[in-house]
Amino acid sequence: MAQSDELKTEQLPKRIGRAAFIFIFSCIGLVFSLGASVAFGVSDIELSTVWQAVVAFDPAQTNHQVIQELRLPRAVGAALVGSFLAVSGAVMQGLTRNPLASPSVMGVTHGAAFALIVALVFFPSLSNIGMTFASFIGAGLAVLLVFTVGSFSSGGLTPVKLALAGVAIGGMLSSLSTAISLHFQVAKQMSFWYAGGLANTDWTSVQILLVAGGIGLVIAIAISKAMTVLSLGEDVSKGLGQNTILVKSLGVVVVFLLSGAAVSVAGTVGFIGLVIPHISRFLVGADYRLIIPVSAVLGGWLLVAADTGARLVNAPYETPVGAITAFIGVPFFLYLARGNRGNM
Amino acid sequence: MGQARYRFTAWMTGLLFLIIGILLISLNMGPVQISPGDVFQTFIGEGSAREELVLFNFRLPGIVIAIFVGMALSLSGAILQGVTKNGLADPGILGINSGAGLVVVLYIFLFQSSMSSLSGWGIYLLPVSALLGAFIAAAIIYALAWKKGVEPIRLILVGIGVNAGFGAGLILFQVQMNPQDFMQAMVWLSGDIWSANWHFVSAVVPGIILLIIYALFKSSALNVLNLGDDLAMGLGAPVEKERLILLVIAVGLAGLSVAAAGGIAFLGLVAPHIARRVVGPKHQVMLPVSTLLGAAILLAADTIGSNIIAPAEIPVGIVVTIVSTPYFVYLLMKTA
Repeated sequence: MAQSDELKTEQLPKRIGRAAFIFIFSCIGLVFSLGASVAFGVSDIELSTVWQAVVAFDPAQTNHQVIQELRLPRAVGAALVGSFLAVSGAVMQGLTRNPLASPSVMGVTHGAAFALIVALVFFPSLSNIGMTFASFIGAGLAVLLVFTVGSFSSGGLTPVKLALAGVAIGGMLSSLSTAISLHFQVAKQMSFWYAGGLANTDWTSVQILLVAGGIGLVIAIAISKAMTVLSLGEDVSKGLGQNTILVKSLGVVVVFLLSGAAVSVAGTVGFIGLVIPHISRFLVGADYRLIIPVSAVLGGWLLVAADTGARLVNAPYETPVGAITAFIGVPFFLYLARGNRGNM
Repeated sequence: MGQARYRFTAWMTGLLFLIIGILLISLNMGPVQISPGDVFQTFIGEGSAREELVLFNFRLPGIVIAIFVGMALSLSGAILQGVTKNGLADPGILGINSGAGLVVVLYIFLFQSSMSSLSGWGIYLLPVSALLGAFIAAAIIYALAWKKGVEPIRLILVGIGVNAGFGAGLILFQVQMNPQDFMQAMVWLSGDIWSANWHFVSAVVPGIILLIIYALFKSSALNVLNLGDDLAMGLGAPVEKERLILLVIAVGLAGLSVAAAGGIAFLGLVAPHIARRVVGPKHQVMLPVSTLLGAAILLAADTIGSNIIAPAEIPVGIVVTIVSTPYFVYLLMKTA
């Protein structure tokens, strides 16, 4: 994919207009989805009441309480988690030049979930922030494992190898989690992280997401130009005098900040990190300065919509949102697997 | 040739003794410890009623299932690797296990009240539904991977995708269950010998034995296929037909294993690789060795899983995954 897109970076001015249009359009879509997400649920609330609850909060009204304490944090949390997963997927695809790279395919989300189980069992008194840190460590560990496997394999990290390494490391970590949770009888919490869901999102989780993810997003945008050059090939990047090791290290930091924060709040929600960067690349071209912001908005939009769907499909029961994203993501994965794109 | 033959015989005998050794240890261990002497006494019919009950009704069925499922899975993996000419094929990775698992879970929760209350004909319909699921999954994977022929790499990637799809289907379905059934289904799907009784053995094991015999009988066809399609056709082998027969055997073995022991992954991958390493790639010697090796590994994993954190049990599939993924990753790094 790298070579064919090489020339497109030249046409940047033309693409910026288009990207800006797509960006604004998706932002509007996201806002509408957020509104729908807050309004629809077990009991539907009128949009005017939603607006009232936001601008003129009245604690005496139950609907205002529901919106402020339950639905709003959940909707905002979904938007943030979705955009973080999408951006970390985009960064991973840029760094590895591998179309299948994404937090769920590479086992990163499993790493974070594993660390969360370990923290839950061995440090039960850990605060929310402590749990988020555990999640970062787990995500970082999994990224490190997959990259180590990749860099020591003969023939480099082809998409098949990457996917298989992700399956193996993800399988290993989730098996360890199951063994630990069976022994210490925390299976219920474990099944929550593995099914993935936003039901427990409150304002504290939103704060954690904003802090950790905010840092990650800023770094991602800061290295986006360097990443565009890197995605043309390591030699090109070095030839242009870029410090590829610095870019890659920062990229890894972005991945585990964003994936770690996302998993600690919503569990292992799959495929957003795979699908959204591809759609963004298709819409705005190969420049990561455009891909990253567009991915962030589209990812948020997708997860907010999926989460709303998860609540409505089988109301009053919640469908795990991971299952819904998988139904969008699996066909997409199969499409990528079938296409013989250059480096597949 | 003489030396190769000697190696083969040595490995087969060694593995046979290893299996018997693990079997004896496995019989001794558990919540009720029974000494080897007492085990022997019980086998010749001189044990107490309680020992007889524990050994014959609780431990032995599980052990028999572990042995035959181990054989079936490693054979299935070996055949899949041979047919797809891809050393990383395995019924778990390709999504065949999760397809069978999905249909089994559907069957149990639609037609039976829960997993523990299977009785009468229900037990015999369970392997049928697992087989159905395995074949549906295999057909879907094959069809999606088809694009003017089936490339090994595409097959694996499509398998991973289909696997994730079945996983999502299972999650959707599991939400409807009560929490206890949910956990049971989770554990079972990662591989667990969950219904160790003689009815179950009689429902699953005969089919596995028949397929194993047929597969070993077919091992020379696998050798010819491995030469490449052109050469195989030149030698007069009906390539497509042989490939289809072998695939059906492999999928059938995987389906029956899932019925008995859930979705155990990686065993079908690791056992054939070790076998190839010790006796070489010729299928006539490699298949029998990997069959016994699979039985030994699964029996050992089952013994470890049910005793290491007693009184709780770790499902056998989890032990297999934890032990074999490092080896899998090593293989991954080595193959180009």
